[in-house]
Amino acid sequence: MTTSKTKNRLVKDKAMLWVVCLFAALTAVPLFAILGEVLFRGYDQLSWSFFTEPTPTAYKAMKAIEAGEPIPGGIANGIIGTMIMLGMAVVVAVPTGILCGAFLAENPKNRFAQIVSYLTDLLQGTPSVIIGIVTYIWVVVPMKGYSAIAGSVALFIMMLPLIIRSTEETLKILPQSLKEAGLALGGNRARVMLKVQLPAAFGGIFTGVLLAISRVIGETAPLMFTALGCSFIRFAIDKPISAVPLLIWEFFNDPNLQELIWGASLFLLLFVLTLNLTAKYLAKKWNQ
Amino acid sequence: MNDKLYRILLFAAALIMPIVCGGVVYALVTDAYEAFEHFGFFKFLTSSEWSYTEGAEQYGALPFITGTLMTTLLALIFCIPFSLPVALFVGEYFKDTKVAAVLSTVTDLLAGIPSIIYGLWGFYTLRPLIMALNISPQGSGVLTASLVLAIMIVPYAASLSAEFIKMVPNDLKEGAYSLGATRAEVIRKIVFPIAGSGIFSSYILAIGRALGETMTVTMLIGNTNNIPDSITSTGNSMASIIANQFGEASDLRFSSLIAIGLVLFLITAVINMIGKMMIKRARIS
Repeated sequence: MTTSKTKNRLVKDKAMLWVVCLFAALTAVPLFAILGEVLFRGYDQLSWSFFTEPTPTAYKAMKAIEAGEPIPGGIANGIIGTMIMLGMAVVVAVPTGILCGAFLAENPKNRFAQIVSYLTDLLQGTPSVIIGIVTYIWVVVPMKGYSAIAGSVALFIMMLPLIIRSTEETLKILPQSLKEAGLALGGNRARVMLKVQLPAAFGGIFTGVLLAISRVIGETAPLMFTALGCSFIRFAIDKPISAVPLLIWEFFNDPNLQELIWGASLFLLLFVLTLNLTAKYLAKKWNQ
Repeated sequence: MNDKLYRILLFAAALIMPIVCGGVVYALVTDAYEAFEHFGFFKFLTSSEWSYTEGAEQYGALPFITGTLMTTLLALIFCIPFSLPVALFVGEYFKDTKVAAVLSTVTDLLAGIPSIIYGLWGFYTLRPLIMALNISPQGSGVLTASLVLAIMIVPYAASLSAEFIKMVPNDLKEGAYSLGATRAEVIRKIVFPIAGSGIFSSYILAIGRALGETMTVTMLIGNTNNIPDSITSTGNSMASIIANQFGEASDLRFSSLIAIGLVLFLITAVINMIGKMMIKRARIS
């Protein structure tokens, strides 16, 4: 009886191992399914003109479909719009986020810092669609129109907590002796932060910024209420502008443009995943 | 730069958080006020009417609150059988090995895929599958949205749970092994009781993610303004009704959508706060 009980336990143990391995492996399936689908349906759309030409009008696309030709045009308006909005957001969010993160790392026990830290968590957990409607109220309503500025404000708010957290965490894990050595050499706090701590933390902060960019670059909902979209290439920052995820949403809703979905998605997906992998690789390399 | 100026500069930068968060709350409350005043706070939350016929406008948030809760709960149920094995794989069975690193890279990448691409995949791959299996005639609905949502939250739940499973002290596990326990028994009797509260809190945070997910749900839930009567029927979540109607809304409807946004903001804030607090506690113990 004891042997059969022991056997039973061992069988259970084996079964558990196999179940864990099976279900863990199954988790990888969606990644490859999504990658595969986007790759196979999108790769033949990628051409030089796909990146240099703006989206066609629905009428032009319809004509091309009727004639049995591939849809002309591309997603250049979206790429440029994304770059402009992301650029503006990064330029403001990186210095603000680093300073704010430095504040949190320098005053861990301060009451105000604890509140700021809590609010950072709050903002990080806020759904992006809410950031979108708030930015609409803040920027679009007073400016009386959708604009690239509004879009970049939304992206800025979403990036900020991510940069603050990565700065704070990287600064906190630096050895205390590093800071003390700097101070002992006669540097004041600002100088030690600028010349010793921040350079030492550069790797962590840089990966944090990369991850923040990859997080917001695919955001669609907040841009729908702020940047709106635009069917031609535009550089004005006070007018509606397009973005790659906004274009995917437009293609999804317009039966005439549906063919373009996969090329745009492939571009976005590859961009985001490359950023992610680069960040992970750099983090590993700089940690050694 | 002297110390004083440096401190002031850092303080000024930190001030941006209270300003932004205060601004978010202020904007939501002031613009939601009209809807709450017109319908009454509780009436708005419990009414299931959503009609914009001019003169007889009726807006209530109940269908969307129900939709959000249903999709989130279902997503959580679908997510557990996958995230828990991943956490055990990475945190216990193959701890610190190459395979574990590969699997956590895979889940990291899953977390990185933009939600609109999840939506496309759900619409063009999963929806036909659900129609072919005769689960629902139109393919889209609460079930379809929840399935994709589940995939999206697996990485968050799994990586955090794995962290807590890894922290279980080795000597406790070794003690159990020396008494003749099998690995499965060690996991059930030692790892789960010790890492349990941490694992639980990681699911709370995953819920916080699922509540506000917008594009995926908008593309898959079917977008009808009724209370979903079964898991295969169509509906709308709080986030998806905003995404669908915000662009065309004005006056009372605009205010009602903002009110829904305020409710969603409060729910996610509370859930996230509970999750973070539990994680802090689990880390200390």
